Amino acid sequence: MEQAIMNNLGFPILSTLIFLPIAGAALLLLISRSNESLIKWFSLIVSITVFIISIPLFTEFNKSTHLMQFTEKHAWIPSLNINYSLGIDGISILFVLLSALVTILCVLISWNSIKAKTKEFYISILIMEGAMIGVFCSLDFMLFYLFWEAMLIPMYLLIGVWGGPNRIYAAVKFFLFTLVGSVLMLVGIIVLYYQAGGTFDILELMTKTYPYKLQLWLFWAFFAAFAVKVPMFPVHTWLPDAHTEAPTAGSVILAAVLIKMGAYGFIRFSLPLFPDASKAMTPVMLTLSVIAIIYSAVICLAQTDLKRLIAYSSVSHMGFVTLGIFALNLQGMEGGILQMINHGVVTGALFLSVGMIYDRTHTRQISDYGGVASVMPVYASVFMVFTLASIGLPATNGFIGEFLIILGGFKANQWAGVLAATGIIIGAGYMLWLYQRVFFMETNQKVAGLADINLREIITLLPMIILIFWIGVYPNAFLGFMHESVKHLLERVNSGGMHEAGVAKNILEIIK
Amino acid sequence: MPFVMPALGPVMPEIVMTCLALLVLLLELVIKRKETIAFLSIVSVAVVTYLLAGSSGITFNGMFIADGYSLFFKLIFMLNVVLTVLISVKYIAIEKVNFGEYYSLILFSTLGMMLMASAGDLITLYLGLELMALSTYVLAGFLRHDIKSNEAAMKYFLLGAFASAFLLYGISMIYGLTGTTDLHAISSYISQKGLSGNPVLTLSMILFAVAFSFKIAAVPFHMWAPDVYEGAPTSITAFMSVGPKAAGFAVLGRVFLTAFGAARIEWAAILIPIAVLTMAVGNIIAISQTNIKRMLAYSSIAHAGYMLLGIIAGTSEGMASVLNYLFIYAFMNIGAFAVVIMLRSEGFKGDNISDYEGLAKTHPLAAALMLVFMFSLTGIPPTAGFMGKFYLFMSVISAGYTWLAVTAVIFSAISAYFYLRIVMYMYMKEPKAEVQLSASPGIALALAITVIAVLIIGVLPSKVINVARIAAGF
Repeated sequence: MEQAIMNNLGFPILSTLIFLPIAGAALLLLISRSNESLIKWFSLIVSITVFIISIPLFTEFNKSTHLMQFTEKHAWIPSLNINYSLGIDGISILFVLLSALVTILCVLISWNSIKAKTKEFYISILIMEGAMIGVFCSLDFMLFYLFWEAMLIPMYLLIGVWGGPNRIYAAVKFFLFTLVGSVLMLVGIIVLYYQAGGTFDILELMTKTYPYKLQLWLFWAFFAAFAVKVPMFPVHTWLPDAHTEAPTAGSVILAAVLIKMGAYGFIRFSLPLFPDASKAMTPVMLTLSVIAIIYSAVICLAQTDLKRLIAYSSVSHMGFVTLGIFALNLQGMEGGILQMINHGVVTGALFLSVGMIYDRTHTRQISDYGGVASVMPVYASVFMVFTLASIGLPATNGFIGEFLIILGGFKANQWAGVLAATGIIIGAGYMLWLYQRVFFMETNQKVAGLADINLREIITLLPMIILIFWIGVYPNAFLGFMHESVKHLLERVNSGGMHEAGVAKNILEIIK
Repeated sequence: MPFVMPALGPVMPEIVMTCLALLVLLLELVIKRKETIAFLSIVSVAVVTYLLAGSSGITFNGMFIADGYSLFFKLIFMLNVVLTVLISVKYIAIEKVNFGEYYSLILFSTLGMMLMASAGDLITLYLGLELMALSTYVLAGFLRHDIKSNEAAMKYFLLGAFASAFLLYGISMIYGLTGTTDLHAISSYISQKGLSGNPVLTLSMILFAVAFSFKIAAVPFHMWAPDVYEGAPTSITAFMSVGPKAAGFAVLGRVFLTAFGAARIEWAAILIPIAVLTMAVGNIIAISQTNIKRMLAYSSIAHAGYMLLGIIAGTSEGMASVLNYLFIYAFMNIGAFAVVIMLRSEGFKGDNISDYEGLAKTHPLAAALMLVFMFSLTGIPPTAGFMGKFYLFMSVISAGYTWLAVTAVIFSAISAYFYLRIVMYMYMKEPKAEVQLSASPGIALALAITVIAVLIIGVLPSKVINVARIAAGF
């Protein structure tokens, strides 16, 4: 059963994208630690090279098929039938590009703010990049899990070594939460392996049907890993700590890519592997999503710490994403995937911006700011763009994503749609209030005389601004990638359980 | 009956090992440079390893078996000796116990382990076990002027003697029941007479389980481990945490899977609570340790718990996963101890966890190595520790014990806390005092071997898994 289009670029593009940054990290080991500028420039060049190499994915991608593309396959552990198997489709391609882009920005934003253990920092960032891209490209469960877990090491160090005052607590919490979820998924993966007759091949696993009871168990085992990563209510508590304490680059990677992996996991694995269980669990998932949207939005109103506020807004926005995914219709799903990209761009940008002002003032307390607009006008206007995109103003990307999600959510369950929409209103409330407190009002003594953002910082933010309007004005450039893959996925989910539909219905009634 | 000389081919490595160990012991009288003796013991190991490759077969009427299974274990033992000797040379000089007997005792202990791995008969097994144990007792108390080392040796000896007595009880009972001490004969007797469920058989299996649990430091027979690990010379702690443990698993696998194969349900019921308790106690008590040697002792208890699961699986897949795990464990654990040893310098003990504060700043390379070993012990990819656990859990789930695998992964997630604490101390705290590293070419070589193995097996485990599968009888 061949369900893939081979890579015809003449070189293994996905492997290159994964291992180039890792090789770069290995080379960094050889550079003397006193030569900091060489370390920085080298990391920047590596990350830009990776991004340039990833461009053919964007241009050569065949949008008219749901099949995996640019695939590579080699035997890895033959005795256990484990393969080194890579490929991307419409769902994963955008995340690969996003990871490559975000890494460049992370290198740029850390240019002056990371002063201790510089070498280790850039090694961590580059290893992180390789692992992130690996997660999105893996077509073998074992390989996927390897990257998924390997990511924890650099992220743990990023938060714990270069983070804020409470960084150790945040790093340990992040690590333990994620690890507990992941190991449960590992057991699920192995059970699946034996159930399917000894294969970790994701594409092959997706062609099989599993007993309903087993699906339910495995759904929850996978849920443990993905829900923690997203993070969904009620396992979201690590995120505010990790986001707040992480250095800017760490927050950006977390917001832009890492927490997307949970939602990506739901789409890539939970839905097609366990279609019946997913359908049966839709009410639970929609409820958790709505709770996350509203609960975190309300919490945002009470925050006094800039980064913490944005962190909670992430939980709220990711609630939209899971809502869209579990609406199980085309609009919701596409909206969910697009909103993942949007959230990556916008929240990434917000963390970048906060990082810039934090470098100047070294405080995250909202009460220490005020009147920044008169001191740093360029910064203020850029921040306004991000604020509005976060709220979801039409013509920005946030609007497209949230609109599609609410449309899909409404189709799936009217209440979910209505309640989610209130989340947007509260969202506008806390973001605008934040903007008011930081940028308007009386000029705080602590921000008086700050220099406006410099060229390096503008260059860092520029790609994000371009993306915000690009997606906002012409979303089809991005939706077009995922159309076929999402359609195919929904067919699998909605037809996969035809003969089991009766059982699912019964369960639904019991739950009700 | 005329005396027929048994074939000596299969047992040749052991014979040579005996001669070489004696030679090393004698040469100590004439050679004053102890480094030469260390070198000689590595040469001995090389010779024995060379002989191992060409020896296989059964001899002494089935009392001695040299097969793939025993060969795999013997390779772990050889590796263990080489790495231990490499990290010992400078360390025992610092501890001022630079005596040549040290190396010959290591060789004798290893000889005992080799006999255990090859035992086809309970008598051979017992002889090997005693030889190993007696040599290790002495090694544990090698720091004669250190009260803790004396305590360690005493404790190890007394409790070890108890365990040996349990083992003898078990052997005598099984002899009374079946009239033989040959493992294969016991096995066929049990299955022919349908003895599974027989109370005497169950009791004797319990006694075996107790004795072997003591050797692998499984709960509730682990009490000696933290004190002995802490008190013994660190190099010997490293040696003990791998060698005797592996030998314990060798006999555990051989006796339970071969001799008691027909009574698998019964002994699984004995070993399951032991395994779960071992994982729980090892991982949870390790959290509160302040001394790194004690912490690694509890960690080694926990790892014994994981490996027991592979035995409980009762399949050759399970055994293969245990072999694979032991092989990986040898590298990552001795690697970690090598870093611990480096911190010991003249006048500075360096075995408190707080001594690791800020190590990444003062000695970035040592800290990076320790980081790799800690993540490997936790079982985070892309390190070998992950591959070991992964294959182990696969075999456990394949045997139908999914709930045991879930228990194990939860405990291994808990273990992340104390392993990561070391990383946290090294990378996220500021150095308090200037820590001197006592590096030497030996330790450097040992660290290079272990770290490269941990990373390579972590990414390309295929070869090791294949060899382990062949050794386990695929």
